[in-house]
Amino acid sequence: MELLQLMDSAVRLATPLLLAALAGLYSERSGIFDIGLEGKMLMGAFVAGAFSAVAGMPVADGGWGWTHGMAWFGLFMAIIVSVMLSLIHGFASITLRGNQLISGVAINFFAAGTTVLVGQEWFHSGGMTPTLKDNQRFEPITLPFADAVKDVPVLGPIYSDLISGHNIIVYIALAAVPVTWWILFRTRFGLRLRAVGENPAAVDTAGISVIKQRYAAVIIAGVLCGVAGAYLSLGTSAAGFVKDMSAGKGFIALAALIFAKWQPRGVLMAALLFGFLEAIGNKYQSVDLGLFVIPVQFMQALPYILTVVILAGFIGKAVPPAAGGEPYVKER
Amino acid sequence: MKLIKTLIGAAAFAGAASAAYAEANPAVIFDLGGKYDKSFNESSYNGAERFKAETGIEYREFELQSDAQREQALRRFAQQGNNPVIVAGFSNASAMNAVAPDFPDTHFVIIDMVVDQPNVRSVVFKEHEGSYVVGVLAAMASKTNTVGFVGGMDIPLIRKFECGYAQGVKSVNADATVLQNMTGTTGAAWNDPVKGGELAKGQIEQGADVIFQAAGGTGRGVMQAAADAGIYSIGVDADQNYMFPGSVLTSMVKRVDVAVYNAMMDENNGTFTPGIQALGLAEGGVDWALDEYNAKLITPEMKAAADAAKAGIIAGDITVHDYMSDNSCPVE
Repeated sequence: MELLQLMDSAVRLATPLLLAALAGLYSERSGIFDIGLEGKMLMGAFVAGAFSAVAGMPVADGGWGWTHGMAWFGLFMAIIVSVMLSLIHGFASITLRGNQLISGVAINFFAAGTTVLVGQEWFHSGGMTPTLKDNQRFEPITLPFADAVKDVPVLGPIYSDLISGHNIIVYIALAAVPVTWWILFRTRFGLRLRAVGENPAAVDTAGISVIKQRYAAVIIAGVLCGVAGAYLSLGTSAAGFVKDMSAGKGFIALAALIFAKWQPRGVLMAALLFGFLEAIGNKYQSVDLGLFVIPVQFMQALPYILTVVILAGFIGKAVPPAAGGEPYVKER
Repeated sequence: MKLIKTLIGAAAFAGAASAAYAEANPAVIFDLGGKYDKSFNESSYNGAERFKAETGIEYREFELQSDAQREQALRRFAQQGNNPVIVAGFSNASAMNAVAPDFPDTHFVIIDMVVDQPNVRSVVFKEHEGSYVVGVLAAMASKTNTVGFVGGMDIPLIRKFECGYAQGVKSVNADATVLQNMTGTTGAAWNDPVKGGELAKGQIEQGADVIFQAAGGTGRGVMQAAADAGIYSIGVDADQNYMFPGSVLTSMVKRVDVAVYNAMMDENNGTFTPGIQALGLAEGGVDWALDEYNAKLITPEMKAAADAAKAGIIAGDITVHDYMSDNSCPVE
């Protein structure tokens, strides 16, 4: 039962990491390093929270007085804005052949500042959005038969507690993993996307536009980051945006991506592992071993300690896409 | 604690140095977590606003963004002639110890911590007393005999809340279980509603049906998770009953606003006194909140029990152990 609770918590905590890491997967597989995952997620969280709040606010209070669809509208706007940031990153690093890291860092700073500035201007509460009501958020979905099978031994609780009862974005994130695998490894588009990340000159020689492929990849990354951000503000108990709410998750997602050796299945495993470790750190804050007590600080550092240990010791060599970080210059 | 002068005691010294001070020119520094945390900082903001509304005197303000700014902000306000300079938050003690001796003519006020300087007024609250009373209410409202506590940063001050709360719970029901979690060990723990919600969900899964939060902005996530799960939460610092009517059982009100207001008003009247002020139930510094939002949740028996506990503490019949007196708690 305790394990089940931990795994339930792990799934919730892993969702934003999973989406952001998949975003990074598309982008980096095409040869564009994306350190701006964090910023895009943060911006997505703000835009989703802000638009959902404004759309659901009564007309008398300056809102639009919608009664349904606010959460989906917030998600949609988060995707739009996140894709716009992606296109800026793409323009700087693909078209202008700038340094991809610098443009990514710029996006992070831009998002950190803009969200609070605009949030203060709109809502006058220190960059936070108002607390969102139930119908302005993505609410938990109870899957069919969840109550009926609850009493079945072993499988019943797993289905009704662990698998059922998350919100739609959690299921979208989990579904995105096989879809990503299929797109990258079973479609022509995916083959070309991977090829521009490994050897763009060969792709170019075959008459396929490297530029278009890379733009397509960063746009997909933008969509996924937008969804990840919307999850933070609309799918968690935060019920709204607070400043810096992405709290480094974009960077943990980058670590998960390396961990996963740029493979979709690995991304799922790495995200769940990070989520699980965080859940452990939350639940077992000070462990009393009888002889001595493991302090809470250690338990909360555990995910990071294990990351270093696993990265250094067990993962083996993680080889990034060969053309990653290199702007493509057509030979003349 | 015997050394601590009460507000009333300290007021006896008033008046001596009055003529030397002209109109107050106050400045307020808000701690990490932000001005609009609906909690601690917002309470001090409200106190400052009340002073402004009543006297028409503007005050200056600064929101700390990082630990590095603490000393800088204090020094800046003191240099620019602000008087008094008020800062809320225990983390500012070392900065104040460094700055206060350099500006002997400036009056400083620190809330939640004692700084022993001749020109500093230290306002501390007997949070354990208020927490005890809400603990009594929590134990009476709980049907599962399991109640929870979510703290912000893991520091003795927050343990003091937890310890008083646990004592109150156990006084009603000695067999009750008190689950407790801390959000983190850094300042970021005051502003992480996503994690707050996750901790609350973990406690709810373990059977908690009343959760008291003392976590600044993080508490928003705790209370949202409680409202989503249909259980009770208890607010802190400011009266947070309005946030989720029907779900917030009560709030442990800590009148930071009164401390800020009094400091500004005293300066304005020339009656500012340095030294320690300890505000408890007797002085109205802490209390439990009963208003139209939670009136239906508090049964006459609960109200009677809470009032009895309050009267007992004021009369000295009930002694609530202060965690900070010996850094340990007699009940778990």
